[in-house]
Amino acid sequence: MRKRTAAVFLAPFVLLFAGFFVAPILYALAQSFTVVERSGLLGLRGQSTRFAGLANYGKALSDPGFVESLGRILLYAAIMVPLMVVGSTVLALILEAGMARWPRFFRTSFFLPYGIPGVIASIMWGFLYAPGTSPFTPVLSAFGIETDLLGPGTVFWSVMNIVVWLFVGYNMLVVVAQLQSIPRTLYEAARIDGAGRWGIAWRIQIPLLRPALVLITVFTIIGSLQLFNEPLVLLPVSGGLSTTYTPTLTAYHDAFNGNDMALAAAESIILALVTAVLSFGFLRFVGRGRR
Amino acid sequence: MRTVSLRWLTTVLLLVLAAYFLLPLYWLIVAATKNTGDLINSSPLWFANPQLWTNLGDLFAFSDGIYLRWILNSVIYSGLGAAGATLIAACAGYAMAKCEFRGREALFNVILAGVLLPTTAIGLPLFLLMSDAGLANTYWAVLLPSLVSPFGVYLSRVYAATVPDDVLDAARADGAGEWRIFLTIALKIMSPALVTIFLFQFIGIWNNYFLPLVMLSDSSLYPLTLGLTSWQGFADREPILQTLVVVGSFVSVIPLIVLSGALQRFWRAGLTEGSVRE
Repeated sequence: MRKRTAAVFLAPFVLLFAGFFVAPILYALAQSFTVVERSGLLGLRGQSTRFAGLANYGKALSDPGFVESLGRILLYAAIMVPLMVVGSTVLALILEAGMARWPRFFRTSFFLPYGIPGVIASIMWGFLYAPGTSPFTPVLSAFGIETDLLGPGTVFWSVMNIVVWLFVGYNMLVVVAQLQSIPRTLYEAARIDGAGRWGIAWRIQIPLLRPALVLITVFTIIGSLQLFNEPLVLLPVSGGLSTTYTPTLTAYHDAFNGNDMALAAAESIILALVTAVLSFGFLRFVGRGRR
Repeated sequence: MRTVSLRWLTTVLLLVLAAYFLLPLYWLIVAATKNTGDLINSSPLWFANPQLWTNLGDLFAFSDGIYLRWILNSVIYSGLGAAGATLIAACAGYAMAKCEFRGREALFNVILAGVLLPTTAIGLPLFLLMSDAGLANTYWAVLLPSLVSPFGVYLSRVYAATVPDDVLDAARADGAGEWRIFLTIALKIMSPALVTIFLFQFIGIWNNYFLPLVMLSDSSLYPLTLGLTSWQGFADREPILQTLVVVGSFVSVIPLIVLSGALQRFWRAGLTEGSVRE
């Protein structure tokens, strides 16, 4: 193919990518270094934008609400990543080992939630959590546990449950796909060498699953850090959530309710940086271990 | 004997897990048949005075049938967005696989990094850019960003590399134009990847909430997700909306549940290819 032809084929994607991925990031970056000043009484005489250096970053990082949300989301990701990786791997190994009946039914029912939008899932789970309509709280209180599943301490876990419910079946399929690409002859060789079911899982399947597990880890890190839909939908019914519960919620709130786009941009950039450091850091870490 | 009991033990364990995954959907089916009073006061996991048809009638009649409009909008955003994104990504992936040019790998890596970018970090500045361009609160504001699928470029490149060069050269020797070759030969060989990209993108747009939330203020432009949550916000003042949110959620998940059987099959082709290359 000639280079001119290739350029024509590439152009639509490159233009859209530049316009809707690269430009917004650059715009946010530029905006995060500015401050809008309103002049005159009540800012009625118009406003001007000037360079503010790192002022917005300072403001974000000295705001206890934002810093707390950052800490909370890091804790959330630290629990979610191993939970998701172990959960999806265990489900896939059990299903693929052929130990249970009706594997197709189980695979479909585990995967089903992936097709449901996060906000719809949150509406459903919201009813299942809310004190008046929950089928769980009466059962728990029969065991002597009086709890509000949307209360200050518990809502953290309730949100986590929604996300696990949505995505663990999808990630399970990623692992299943990788498992099915392992050549049958490897299993036979291992069996001849006297390996049992556990030996095969531990020595052959898990090491060869590495690419799938890396993929799941990276996407779970990214997804966890930008948690937004679930807490936003539960916000009106939960006493344990606030508009600064996660960094993305904080940025959204500062942008549209606080009308401070520059601060919101700085907060988004900080979150993107943390995400990049963690996901690229993880990729480098596993890349090094391989050599 | 031992293996037989192990088999039943795992089956029971998986049945418990299946109950966990299916319970919210079962709840949704039951709740969709209730009136607003029973939704709050009756036993949550069993039927009470079922009136599904009344609820469906209310759902489609409310506010001049705006729910139908939201379904249509979701189909437009997801259908057009996914179809466009697939074609655009296929073109780009094909060019990257079949033409060597300077900076190719650098460009490819930048595109891949796009997969890692949090969409919420893009959403807010994108809203400002769209406002400046006068496109905020229009169909374009949601459609245009949905046309970009970095994952699609990646998968297309993997599959386009399997298109044999001598077939392309033979077609060129026969005088076929590049566009024609792409449409008649390359796309056919890449078709498993195209199905996967389309489905991924369709689900991605259908489930997307942040982008329409930021971009749209006119409720007649809302997709289903945004419409249903907006109703939920008004449910304090208008209790019937509580029921409509539940029935509306129920109707909105039916097509995706029906589709998910088909989805699973196509997933596998794309996913193995994607993760094996890493």
